[in-house]
Amino acid sequence: MAESPRDFVISIRNLAKVFPDQEGRSVRVLDGIRFDVLPGETLVIMGGSGCGKSTLLNCLIGELRPEQGEILYQTRTMHAPADLLRMDEEALNELRMRFGILFQSGALFNSMTVAENVALPLKEHSYVDPSIIDIVVTLKLEQVHMRPHRDKMPAQLSGGQKKRAGLARATALDPEILFYDEPSAGLDPVTSAAIDELIIDLSKKLKVTSVVVTHEMDSAFRIADRMVMLDRGRVLKIGSRQEFENLRDTPPERLPMDEDKLIHQFLRGDTHGPLTDAEGMSEYEKWILAGE
Amino acid sequence: MSDAVPENRPSRIAACIIAVGQATLRGYRRLSDNVKYLGGIGYLIADTFRWIVRAVYVPRARISPSVLAAQMVRVGVRSIPIIILVQTFIGIILALQLAPTMQDYGSIEKIAVIVGIAMFRELGPLLSAVVLSGFAGASIAAELGAMVEAEEIKALRAHALNPIRFLVIPRCLATVVMLVGLTIVADVVGVVGGLFTSWGVLDVPPQIYLDQTYLAVVYRDFFTGLVKAGVFGLEISMIGCYEGLNVRGGAEGVGRATTATVVKSIVALIATDCVFTSVFYLFKL
Repeated sequence: MAESPRDFVISIRNLAKVFPDQEGRSVRVLDGIRFDVLPGETLVIMGGSGCGKSTLLNCLIGELRPEQGEILYQTRTMHAPADLLRMDEEALNELRMRFGILFQSGALFNSMTVAENVALPLKEHSYVDPSIIDIVVTLKLEQVHMRPHRDKMPAQLSGGQKKRAGLARATALDPEILFYDEPSAGLDPVTSAAIDELIIDLSKKLKVTSVVVTHEMDSAFRIADRMVMLDRGRVLKIGSRQEFENLRDTPPERLPMDEDKLIHQFLRGDTHGPLTDAEGMSEYEKWILAGE
Repeated sequence: MSDAVPENRPSRIAACIIAVGQATLRGYRRLSDNVKYLGGIGYLIADTFRWIVRAVYVPRARISPSVLAAQMVRVGVRSIPIIILVQTFIGIILALQLAPTMQDYGSIEKIAVIVGIAMFRELGPLLSAVVLSGFAGASIAAELGAMVEAEEIKALRAHALNPIRFLVIPRCLATVVMLVGLTIVADVVGVVGGLFTSWGVLDVPPQIYLDQTYLAVVYRDFFTGLVKAGVFGLEISMIGCYEGLNVRGGAEGVGRATTATVVKSIVALIATDCVFTSVFYLFKL
């Protein structure tokens, strides 16, 4: 397989993660996941609740250790692809400085102001003068239209503002990769659309590779270059946004494959289809109930 | 009838074996959970010491003085009034409880000796630590637990910042230093409580009370108390941090962690105190 530099930024190969349930039985939450994230693209990972997308994100950022597989990273500063699962703490921290994460709640440090939040990674990981850090903080806050709120505490911000501030902090060290965990969760449609605009804007201006985990379809179709659909721990389909749009707009009776019908139902958010049975219970709900 | 006996016997034996097996399994699980817990605390302490040593040698791993000062105020300074209140009561209680017996022996002024030694060696450090486990330990657990729930700890790690260095060390150092300081306050306040009770209620002149205290309490009593206080501070902060960082299950989990911190801290404090006292007794310290 050709592995010339920058074929991919992240390559996930045969990833499996097993969790024990309450009775000690093991449940495969991720099973044989494999796909590549290409340089500069915005890849959206989607799927219903309990499909394993949060677990996958946690594996990608080094929070969880999968039992099996490889997560190869190839950043601009690396000479050769490196497997996240074989890195020691120091190498992992080096890599962490190359990526930024926007958490679902923003995850701002509550004891610090917005500006101090953005300044923290710069203070800890760069050798520049505080006055320069101040300029960088102003710039990063301006990028997400949060400059007027720089001296506020996180508790004084709205949900959307928290995410903007979180995004400013995630981009503080000029990362190559940005991870977004449910960027539209808990936001009204207008704020959600504004955050999407920001994601598109940042990926263009900063030329970053973005990985977005979401189940909001409107948001997914606005920002994605390519999409991955997960179902019960497996990759159901990976393709361009156009392919997924076609699937969504084709009537289900004209789709030959069961998988495509399932994706069609998910994309449209229909209550009837292969995902739900006659009582309207989804496959996920049944799966979760069976697991319990 | 004769058929029923052979049928019943194996099933009763089987039931016994099953019950014994299940009890053994439960016991084993509980034991392994406790060993895991102790191992986790041990690992946290080792990691904390590693980062403290690193902070001394590596300039970039230094601990921010303002963060440390903020924690010292929160853990120590704010608990001064409650420590003064509690330890004054303890001084009064001790003096009054001892009074009838000492009167029988005709040496009422010796109350000062017992109150002095009990406060400096035992009650000063121990009761200050018990108060602090409720005051500071629980609040450390609740704060860190809320940070876990708000993904703040994850965010720290994601920015390649170590939570032990950022959160655990300032809380640990602040608790150790402030508990030692609070113990000194507690010792003095307890003796003063005893002095006023003896003077006001038992007619012991204050000068005699103080002379008796000076004669009875030696530096060794004072310092063994402070050593204990330092170790107690370490225990409270480590249990609080460990419970907080391992919170699972939302607000309910945070509540469980705060309760567990207070209960486990008090058990750990008294158990350690018992070990210390035995060792001090053996080595005549």
